[in-house]
Formats: sequence, C-alpha cells, structure tokens
Amino acid sequence: MYDIIVVGGGHAGIEASHIAAVLGNKTLLITSNFKNVGDMPCNPSIGGTAKGIIVREVDALGGLMGKIADVSHIQIKMLNNSKGPAVRSLRCQADKITYPKNIQEALKKTKNLEIKEAMVEDLIVENKKVKGVITKKGERIEGKSVILTTGTYLKGNILVGSKNTPGGPHGEARCDNLSDKLKEYGLKIIRLKTGTPQRIKASSIDFSQMQEEKGDLTPWTFSLDDKPSYDVNKQHSCYLLYTNATTHQIIRDNLKKSAMYGGYATGVGPRYCPSIEDKIVRFAGKERHQLFLEPESLYYDDWYLQGFSTSMPEDIQEAMVHSLKGLEKAIITKYAYAIEYDAIDPLQIKPNLENKILENLFTAGQINGTSGYEEAAGQGIMAGINASLKIHHQKPFILKRSDAYIGVLIDDLVTKGTIEPYRMLTSRAEFRLILRHDNADLRLREYAYNLGTISKEQYQNLLTKKEQIKSLEEYLKNNYLKLSEDTITLFKNNNLDIPKNNMCYYDLLKRPEISINFLSKIISLDYSEEVKEQVEIMTKYAGYINKAYKEVEKLKKLEEKEIPEDLDYNLVLNLASEAKQKLLKVRPKTIAQASRISGVNPADISVLSVYLKKEYNKK
Amino acid sequence: MEDTIVAIATSLAPQAISIIKVSGKDSIFIVSKIFSNKNLSHAKSHSILYGHIIDNNEVIDEVLVNVLKAPKTYTKEDTVEINAHGGIMTTKKILEILLKNGCRLAEPGEFTKRAFLNGRINLLEAEAVNDLITAKTDAARKMAINNVDGILTKKIRKLRDKMGQILANIEVNIDYPEYEDELIVTEELIEKNLKESLEELETLVKDSHNGKIIKEGLDVAIIGVPNVGKSSILNFLLDEEKAIVTDIPGTTRDIVEGSITLNGILLNFIDTAGIRETNDLVEKIGVDKSKKMVNSADLVLFILNNNEKISSEELDLIKSIDISKLIIFINKNDLERKINLDMLKDYDYVFGNTKEVNGLNKLKEKISKKLDLGNIVHNDMAYLSNVRQIDLINKALEEIKSAYKAYEDKCPIDIIEINIKGAWNYLGELIGEAYTDELVDTIFSNFCLGK
Repeated sequence: MYDIIVVGGGHAGIEASHIAAVLGNKTLLITSNFKNVGDMPCNPSIGGTAKGIIVREVDALGGLMGKIADVSHIQIKMLNNSKGPAVRSLRCQADKITYPKNIQEALKKTKNLEIKEAMVEDLIVENKKVKGVITKKGERIEGKSVILTTGTYLKGNILVGSKNTPGGPHGEARCDNLSDKLKEYGLKIIRLKTGTPQRIKASSIDFSQMQEEKGDLTPWTFSLDDKPSYDVNKQHSCYLLYTNATTHQIIRDNLKKSAMYGGYATGVGPRYCPSIEDKIVRFAGKERHQLFLEPESLYYDDWYLQGFSTSMPEDIQEAMVHSLKGLEKAIITKYAYAIEYDAIDPLQIKPNLENKILENLFTAGQINGTSGYEEAAGQGIMAGINASLKIHHQKPFILKRSDAYIGVLIDDLVTKGTIEPYRMLTSRAEFRLILRHDNADLRLREYAYNLGTISKEQYQNLLTKKEQIKSLEEYLKNNYLKLSEDTITLFKNNNLDIPKNNMCYYDLLKRPEISINFLSKIISLDYSEEVKEQVEIMTKYAGYINKAYKEVEKLKKLEEKEIPEDLDYNLVLNLASEAKQKLLKVRPKTIAQASRISGVNPADISVLSVYLKKEYNKK
Repeated sequence: MEDTIVAIATSLAPQAISIIKVSGKDSIFIVSKIFSNKNLSHAKSHSILYGHIIDNNEVIDEVLVNVLKAPKTYTKEDTVEINAHGGIMTTKKILEILLKNGCRLAEPGEFTKRAFLNGRINLLEAEAVNDLITAKTDAARKMAINNVDGILTKKIRKLRDKMGQILANIEVNIDYPEYEDELIVTEELIEKNLKESLEELETLVKDSHNGKIIKEGLDVAIIGVPNVGKSSILNFLLDEEKAIVTDIPGTTRDIVEGSITLNGILLNFIDTAGIRETNDLVEKIGVDKSKKMVNSADLVLFILNNNEKISSEELDLIKSIDISKLIIFINKNDLERKINLDMLKDYDYVFGNTKEVNGLNKLKEKISKKLDLGNIVHNDMAYLSNVRQIDLINKALEEIKSAYKAYEDKCPIDIIEINIKGAWNYLGELIGEAYTDELVDTIFSNFCLGK
C-alpha cells in the first residue's frame, strides 16, 4: 500500500509526487506515458507576470519547477522592470525537449518515488473515503490518499473548425470514465475550454520582416539556490509581428467556420486568452494585433505563433498565416486547436485542496479549473504537502493571501469558484506589494523548513540573508553623509540635487532618484545584490509596505474568526437570501473568507459575525 | 445581550413628560419590582398601565407604563417605557432606582445596536435612523431618508467606477506588459484621471459641508455701530417667523439669539456687541470678540440707517468684511433719506423698516440668494452628513492626493496605483461594498439613544 498516489504527470503531478516523496511518503506517480511527463503542450515559456512569482514560491517551498527551468531555458528576461518592485516577474523560453527530460531525470532520482505507466479509470471508494485507484486494466492500487492531476485528459476533445476528435494534447488516448465516476460519487463536473496556436517550421519563416526580441543581458535565475549558469550573450530571440487588414478580412469572411462562432464548442474559454477571431470581433476598431514567434526547442524546428490561437478549420488557418508579413511561405507543422475537457467545480474543494465530498482525495491543476503550468505547479506542491500532513494527522498547511500568490490562487478557487480556466494575474493579489518576486524566500522558507521540504543548508542561507538585511539597514541608519568635493562632484555628475550634509544614508535612499548602487559609489557596501535590492525596496517604499502589513494585520483578525463547519445558516436572522445560498455552497472556514464571496455583502458579514459572537458567548 | 438596559429617552430638560426606556429579557420583572400596579407582570403586550413608582415605600412619581413584549418592539426584546412627570430630578431618580434594581445604563446607540443585532433593521437603516433622530428640519430629515434610498450611493459609485476603469487599465498593462492591444496608461492619462478624481472628491467634501449646513444650519451675524437698531431688526425677524427660539450654546461663539428656517435651512442669528474703534480695554475685548464672530459667520448683516450719513467708522468696518458674505440692510426707509448711497455702489444692500414686512421679505430673498440656499436644498439632497461618511471621503481624497504626489515624484505606476486603489476601497466602504470589522462598532458608538 502506498502513502500517496498521484495520477497525472503534468506540472501539478510532478510537484505533488516529488514533494510527497521528499516528505518521506511512499509515493506512486501514475502516468499514461512517462515520456510525456513534464511536457509543455502549449506555450514554450515558463513564468511571466505573476506566474514567474509563483515559480519562485514553488522553489521556496522546495519544488522543482524553478530549478529545472534554470537549466532548460534558451532565453530569460525580467518583465515590468520599470513598473514597480511588486510587479516584476521572470519569464523564460524553456526548451520543450530539455525541460521534460530534466524533469524526468529529477523524478527518477527522487527517493521514495515510484513511477508507473497506466490509465486510471476509477477510484476505490468506501464510505465516501478514497482508498486508492483502479486502472483501465482493472488493477486495484491502494493508497492512503490520492491526488488527481489529470490536466485536460478528462474527456478531452480536440476542436479544429467543425472537426471534433476525442483525445489528449498529443493525440493520445483521453481518460473516458474517470469524470463520470466522479459524478457518480457526487461531484459536480464542469466543462472548460482552452486553445493553442499554430506551430511554424523555422526554415519557412522570413525573420527579416519581424522585430527581434532579445533576452536580458542581466543574468537571472528562478531558483533562490541557483547561480546563473548560462551565457547571457548566447540566448535565443523571439520575434514580434502583426496581423493586418487582409488577415482580419479572412477571419471575418470565415467566422461561421470557427468552432466557437459556428457553435461547435460547449466549453467556456478564458477571457484573458482570447482566440484571434475573438479579438477581431470584440475589438473591431483595431487595425492590427501583436503576435510573437517563439522557438520551441533547439532540437526541432517548430516555432510557436503566440496570439494566433484559433478554432478555424485548417484551410482557413493556412490563408490566415500566409497573410502575415514574413510568413507568406510558412509551413504549418501543427494547426491551432481548441481543447475541451472536464474539471470539477472548485467550490467542492477545501483550502487544503482536499475534496469536500470524498475524503483523502486531493486535486490540483487544470482539474481544479486553472490554466497554466505555474498555477498547476503551485497547487501540485500544496496538494502534495497537504496529502502528507493529512495521513500524518497534522494540521493542514494553508497559505494566506498575504503569504503567497499560491495562497491567493487557492483561496480564489475555493471561495469564488470559476467558470473559465483561471489564470493568475497580479491584480488578483491585493497584497502584491509584499508578495514580490524578490522576497519569496523571506516569505516562505521558514514554513518550508518547518514542514521539512527544504534542507538545513537552505534554511541557514535564509537566516544569513535575514541577518545581512538587518545589518545593512542598521548601517544605513547609523551612518551619515559627509559632503566632500568628491561626493559633490559625484552628485553633480549624476544630475542629482546635492543633499544636506550629515543626512543619514537611510533617509538619502528614501529619495526616489537615489539608488543603492549610487550609494555604493560613496560608501563601500559589501553585501550581495539580493540583500542590497531587498533593503532598497524596503526603504524606498517603506510607507507603502508598512501600510500593506497593517492591512494584513487587520485581515488577520478576520482570518482568526472561524466559522463552524456545521453552522446552520438558516438560524442566522436577517441574512440576505442570496448571501445565505452562497454561504451554504462555499461553507467558508473563516469570516475573512466569507467576506470575499461575491454576493455576500458587508451587512451580511456583520450579521454573521454578530451571530457567531452571540452563539459563542452562550457556550 | 443578556442584560437589561435602561436610558432616559427624552432630553433631560424641564418639560411636561419624560420617558425612561427599559429593554431586555428582565425588563418587565425589574420594572414590576418598583411599580405599584401588580398587573404588570401578566399585562398584555402593547398595553398601558397606570400606577406609581415606589422606592423604599416612598412614592416617587405617578406614571403611565407601556408594556411592549418581544418580538414586536424596536429592539425585538421585551421593552417597558415609563412615562414620568418631566422634572429633571424625578426622571433621574427613577433611572437610579432602575439601575439599583438590576438594569444597566445603556451605552450610546445601544438600543439601535440591539435592533440591528436582533435582525430588526439592517446596517444602512441603522445609520440613517441616527440621522432621523437628530434631524432638526424637514430638509435634514429628507436628507436622511435619501441616503437610505441611495442617491448618494449612485453618485459615489459613479466616481468609484471611473477610478475602477483606470485601475483595470493599469492592471492590464502590468499583466500583459508586451501587448499594445490594450490602451497603455501614459503619464498624461494618469495625470488627467487623478486631476478629475481630485476635483470630484473635493466637490463631495464641499457637499458634505452642505450636508452639515442642512443638519446644523448657518450662522448669521448682525452687526453695526451701537444703537443702530440691530436688536429691533432681529426681534422683528424672529417674531415675524414665529421663530424657534433656542439657546444653542456654541463652542466658539456667543449665544444664538434665535433661529428661523429660510428655504428649509436653519439660520442661527447671532447678535454682536456694537463695533467701533475704542481705547477702553473692556469695550475692546467685546469688540474683538465681535470681529471674530464676523469672521466665523456664514453671513454678515450690516445695519445702517436711511436717515443718517454713513460715518467713516462705519465705512472702514464695511470695508473690513469679506464682501462675498456681506449684506447691508438700510433700516428706517420710512424716514427721510440722508444716507450717501454712492458710497455703497459696490455692495449688496436692501431697504426696509421694522414696521412693515415688505423690506424684510426682500432682505430674506437677498439672504437666500447670497447663501445660495435654494441650491443647498434643491440639489438632490445627496450629501454626506455623518462623521463616518465625511471621514471616508476625506480619506479617499488624501489617497488621491498621495497618488498625485507619487506621480510627481516619478514613482512607478504600481506604487501610484496603490493610492488609487486605496481611494477606491474607501469609497467602496462608504457605499457598503467593502468590509472592515470596526464598522459596526464605529457606527453604533455614534448613535444617540432609542428611536
């Protein structure tokens, strides 16, 4: 008997099975085809706005994604560098051959982890408790808990125009029975849709007609433990191109032939990732739309045409692609397609990612209604940790919205549900100023160490960094600028106002135009770049950051007000009926969570908290 | 919620009847301990009983007692109202006896708080009830009702939605950094939006001042040299209007002589000591005080006489007053005109006398126009009026000011956005679309007693 069985080898399943094994559980990863484990069926990039921060968080918690991305990319850059410290985020172009290969090796090396190729078609369920899985061949495999990370394989349907083919992303067999079984066990199943654009043969592209987009010349790593190991000058570029009037005409003329506009699709697609026909219809006034060509791998010839996802039939796609400048003679190696799949309504999941109806069943990734490799990885690692805690009878590990993007992600899912594939956005995080790319370790490694997912050495590095930050802050607060001819010249040469003599460096650093790197020209600051960056951000934006922490404190009080799981909302007088319905459906764990449910307004929260107080006082 | 609370529901002033209100599950039991009529404990709900309040075998007062049983009461709890005979001493004595017999003195707003907690009224109603209780004039009452109806809510929601738009746009730029498909929020755009938001918030703050005007009225200072006839004009004004003569003590001003309602707005008249240059120390103090009053008043009524020339002293005084709040009343126009009108050509003046209403009506028209009373009242009444609301609007304004400063300091857009979001949240809180835990307590501590 296994401790934990993970079904599915996508980005959620990888992190879930890896961390479960790291925590000492006898773990089994079941995948239909091990060669596809760690595959990137859609875009060839890892990270991006908000998502890059999730990768860092996964890394801080002891996950694989960041470390493998660091040794598998062919380009990396920092996004939003100028838009503020909180929204900076890394994105890399990961090689679609190298990344899965490295992932598979890492999994093979993981102690306590067994891998098996099979298709899971049912669960072993006794008294609403999951006790293992049943494969297509009828094999019963017992486990103390099961984590489902099935991605788009549950009743997957590939749509190209009016053509509708059952199957998973690689033309592999889909999983036909599992979602029906879940329905039988009482779960609500929803149907979602996502899409992916064309792949173009490199030798058929005229890159001279497009604008080159290079990687950063500053070296970066996702992982907090890695040092950059690539040559910044040997990165591979992406290319920017645009649609034009001809493209738009072709699309408008053939709108009825697309799966979506022709009414062939039933799943709900994401608003944030519209198909090109969607963009043309919704933004009729726009003369052109941006597209990017991204290399998929150094080991084969395909380029990914980002922004051109469509559910048009193949002949129309040919015409559309050939209307683009530089792609007149392009050879399409893979047509764009939409994929529909079954997922479970995430309102049926608890904050620890365990199912409310079936005990010991955990889910992560697309089956929970999300989209994206990073979102999947973030849930995967949390599902792995929580499944482990559950079988060891320990309290669940729940990240707060003020702890991590992963906390925001899961809280949103289990509180608000979703009707379209959920993608993480910086705007979903109300505390994003403290959920930064640069402080993921400071936020999460303490938790990770206590859970046992990072090593003593990693923890020691965290403590050292913390000390260094404190020491640099103290130094800046206790040392004062002595104006000399040299320093005055330095200020003048950098077009800066000359500050008052004897100003402390900390106050000087608060000025918008003074950077820590400029200060290090005046005083020697023998600290690592990460430490200097941390102190610079914490100093410059101290007012804003402190305000955010105050808000967190305020929320904490509400987070501590727990709502009993069996509360009879019908006894709460004066609760609006809409609020009552929503509360019954979500059954929030705390007043804070209740307050985030749409349709539950402040007056309802007041009534509810007053009711709880009254009842509590009685007892 | 387990204990029984008591409070004096009428104002503590000499009057014919005063009411002492008791609410809570023991209210009938406690009152029956001190009430001579032994039918109380099994009286029907919503009935009135006659009897005496008795303490240590001593009759304290002859009273009527209303019995109101749960749940059909304001607090949804058993409630007893004692209608006593007015006097301050007697009323206080009854309160003391009730406290001695097991009641607890109600905290400010506690009756309404219980009404809310027991599901009798919702939060917005609870807030508006407070305004209804304190409403002094019809306009003030209308304002309180309108706030419940949500005209103000609509106005604020509109402003908030506009902020929401720019926020959403900034977010799109952040989440899709390489896409030009969405409008890029430029510095010009941010600046324009911040300026507009600033303006609208400032208008709301100004309107909140109007809200205060509706609740508390405007101060009109009557001034002139000694013996010019200020008092007779004041008396005529008050008498003509059958004025509500009150004695509202101000914190920084002298006693208000009396108030009238003009276009629905309460005008509080303040008589000043005569103003003239003097070396006499005692008189100087009086004069300085009057000058201060002139400065703080919303309107200054300067009295001259038709049958006298304007003295240089009077002219100096007139010149020292802010022209935008000055009206000159030329009294005694039934007598021969000796006044040199050419000296007043830059000023608003009205003729009249205290023997006929014609001139005084003109004066009232002038006051109404000068103070723009018509607009204060006929505007859609959507004014912020209570302290919590005004506080939130001011906080939103502060956030937008900070955003503007951050913009000028060339802070990154992500930082500027924090302030815009802050303002957006405060407005959300104001119209009940955000939640903070303190809300309930803050609101209820601002309540006055009872209904």
